[in-house]
Amino acid sequence: MAAQPAEALAATGVTIRDAGPDDDVAGVKPRWVALPESTEEIAAVLRAASAHDLAVVPVGSGTKLHWGRPPERCDVLLDTCCLNRVLEHAAGDLVVRVQAGVTMGALAEALAREGQELALDVPDPEATVGGTLAAAVAGPRRLRYGTARDLLIGATVVLADGTIARSGGKVVKNVAGYDLGKLFTGSYGTLGVIAEAAFRLHPLPAGRRWVTATYPIARERAGEHGERRFVNDFPVDPFQVIGPVATSTAEPSAIEIDWPEALFGPFTVSVLVEGAAAEARAQAVRELLEAHGAAAEVSAAPPPWWGRLPGDEFLVEVRVPPGEIGTAMAEVSSAATADIRVRGSAASAVLHVALPAGIAPERAEHFVADVRAGVENAGGRVIVLTAPEEIARRLDRWGKVGALGLMRRVKERFDPGRIMAPGRFPGGI
Amino acid sequence: MSETFVAAPDGGPDRPGPLARLTERCREILGPDAVITDPVRLRTYECDGLTYHRATPGLVVLPESATQIAAIVRACNEYGVPFVARGSGTGLSGGALPRSDGVLIVTSRMRRILSVDLASRRAVVEPGVTNLAITEAVRDRGFYYAPDPSSQQVCSIGGNVAENSGGAHCLKYGFTVNHVEACEIVTPDGEIVELSRMDAGYDLLGAFVGSEGTLGIATKITVRLSVTPEAVCTLLAAFRDVESGGRAVSAIIGAGVVPAAIEMMDALAIEAAEAAVACGYPPGAGAVLVVELDGPLAQVEQEYAQVERLCRENGAFELRVAKDADERAAIWKGRKSAFAAVGRISPAYIVQDGVVPRTALPGVLAAIDELSREYGIRVANVFHAGDGNLHPLVLFDDEEEGAGERAAEVSGRILDLCIRHGGSITGEHGVGVDKARYMTRMFSEADLDTMQLVRCAFDPRNLSNPGKVFPTPRLCGEAPGVRKGVHPLVEAGKAELF
Repeated sequence: MAAQPAEALAATGVTIRDAGPDDDVAGVKPRWVALPESTEEIAAVLRAASAHDLAVVPVGSGTKLHWGRPPERCDVLLDTCCLNRVLEHAAGDLVVRVQAGVTMGALAEALAREGQELALDVPDPEATVGGTLAAAVAGPRRLRYGTARDLLIGATVVLADGTIARSGGKVVKNVAGYDLGKLFTGSYGTLGVIAEAAFRLHPLPAGRRWVTATYPIARERAGEHGERRFVNDFPVDPFQVIGPVATSTAEPSAIEIDWPEALFGPFTVSVLVEGAAAEARAQAVRELLEAHGAAAEVSAAPPPWWGRLPGDEFLVEVRVPPGEIGTAMAEVSSAATADIRVRGSAASAVLHVALPAGIAPERAEHFVADVRAGVENAGGRVIVLTAPEEIARRLDRWGKVGALGLMRRVKERFDPGRIMAPGRFPGGI
Repeated sequence: MSETFVAAPDGGPDRPGPLARLTERCREILGPDAVITDPVRLRTYECDGLTYHRATPGLVVLPESATQIAAIVRACNEYGVPFVARGSGTGLSGGALPRSDGVLIVTSRMRRILSVDLASRRAVVEPGVTNLAITEAVRDRGFYYAPDPSSQQVCSIGGNVAENSGGAHCLKYGFTVNHVEACEIVTPDGEIVELSRMDAGYDLLGAFVGSEGTLGIATKITVRLSVTPEAVCTLLAAFRDVESGGRAVSAIIGAGVVPAAIEMMDALAIEAAEAAVACGYPPGAGAVLVVELDGPLAQVEQEYAQVERLCRENGAFELRVAKDADERAAIWKGRKSAFAAVGRISPAYIVQDGVVPRTALPGVLAAIDELSREYGIRVANVFHAGDGNLHPLVLFDDEEEGAGERAAEVSGRILDLCIRHGGSITGEHGVGVDKARYMTRMFSEADLDTMQLVRCAFDPRNLSNPGKVFPTPRLCGEAPGVRKGVHPLVEAGKAELF
């Protein structure tokens, strides 16, 4: 008889173990860890969870499990590590179908053997495909190739009640039916479990060049009342550097910025040019970067910080319309009262700001509020990806969300019992 | 025509029905000149680009703002009247087919480009703006709007958003969904909401684009502008047969080149294009490829050398390269006129839109050829060879007894071929009313039910373009309360139903 949750889970035939101290989800300890080996096994676990009102949080490698709000409750950690097969790589069609637990690094290796790649850069190659989709992570080349949702062409998902649903397919061009894959991209596990995904691929580029230059910025100034302030004082306006490169006919794939000491230090811009004639195009970019008095360097390898997050304990994402990148940098710089590191995709105007984990909670609160006020005014958003719990409790993580009412209605339809990662998402979804 | 005439089907002048009451309300909201009830004028809206599905709308309105659309939609909710949005009416799947018991909301008066922000590479436009008008507004400054459906001179951005339109160049640049940053929409219950890629939370924008008007009406669209490439190189390669053309396509893709477009036409499509526009394609060609490369000059030069070599190695007997814009237009002329051109060689035809994995193209084309022989129905093939998107043109004589039915059967069996090869029933024309019945061949009931959960979240009363996309409407009911799945006693076999 399956009247007890533990027995019901056991009755699914799926490998279940008791959760250990390393299985926390943003500080919330689950009771069990389920290790399904197929889409059907995911469905079996979710049916049992549904029947017994067990809250489920899906996890891949766990590289971003501390992102998002802690779940209100978590009974079952659904670990996709055993779903680690590349199901089909149709190289001639530039398409791959994978199970959600494949790591991005393993996928890249398999694709490289055929001279292809998924043009989605992730900060940590240990991250799984499922986790990358669920958290909608993207890296430098979003400028040229878009983000995860732009490269995803099909998805198989499992809903809270165990329903297995597919949308899209394995052809790039396809407008039949709603695109559930996009809906699940960035859903943080709150709508169901991503079991399989199909992506469009690109040929590995013939050549790659990085063009890198460093620019001085803000100087220390005295504020109105004589206090030290670091204000909007860019001898070189970041947009004047980045804008012309972004719209140049050299067609860069990425324009990244690294600003390790955003209180007063210089910022570095690095531009990736890839494909045929990369060297000639890199020289064109170099001229643009040097127009502002800095010396630019062309190299065949990326700078060491390329594509990495600036920190992972207290991380804030700043998004603005691309023309407002200078505004975003000025807001961040003038709101900062502690050592912060900024890095990001300058031309796509997505910046990641790492704050010290030990920052006083009220200072963190002020920082987020100040930056958000300026950035939202410029049409942007400030999102707290992760923060130490005592700080996170004081923060509005998400800022303005235009369609929260519709999002709640979608959640209610997909997961009426609220068992999927409850509370992880904006508006307590 | 009098308004009583319109009210009559609802219940007569004494007891005006929902449509008559809605008509009155629309006159209050919009003023009388934006409300069409004259049957002759109503009939001009009876179909979109797919002319064999027709229905005279119960009422047509021409709003000028999101606020007006929201007010109309709220009135539709109040009276339980379904609504259908329409842009320029160029759709090819009957997505904008009106309902005789409903209102058609036409966005043709919402044609303003509201702002252009080149620093952010964005433009904000109203839904009735034509696709090409965006490019025209920014071309001089070195920008363009990338998605280019062949109807781009007239089709509206609102319609593009509804259908997730592609075009010949989507092989390299993607579809509408990849170029829309935000949409202000009127939801099916009449709220004005902004869906934006900027916001945290679910990607409702991604779900909305391509939902064919079933999740609401886009009233303001923020599109991304692209930088005009430094160089464009268009080349025409003639082959003896479709197989060798197909091999050339595989070789180009296999070499790591991503052209902006690779289009193919077979002998019958070439014949039609010659008859219609005298495009002057090489005589004796059993297939032509149009390959367009664009990007930085140095890159295009390298890729052109590769493509030329690969075409020759795979049997191209003539190659032409466009040296200027006029020559480029001449090469594209045959391809772009192909759909209409078959009218010159056949009294009637069906335009099909299906997708197969590109590598399955040779097998699928052979199978289409077999179907053609089996039914005695000619099929001309025009396709986006780079992404496996087929547009077979199924030719028939509508005067001939039973020919239309046979042609429809061939057309349907081509879709079955696409599904069997792991493809799709539509690459860019949409499902609309035309292909709703094929959805069950491509998707399981669970797949469709899950998609309908999205619909029910947006449109629980099923008023927004009902009857499109899904073969059977789903009764949404109230938003469900807590549901616990299978009861443990049922699962344990102790009880069947309570």
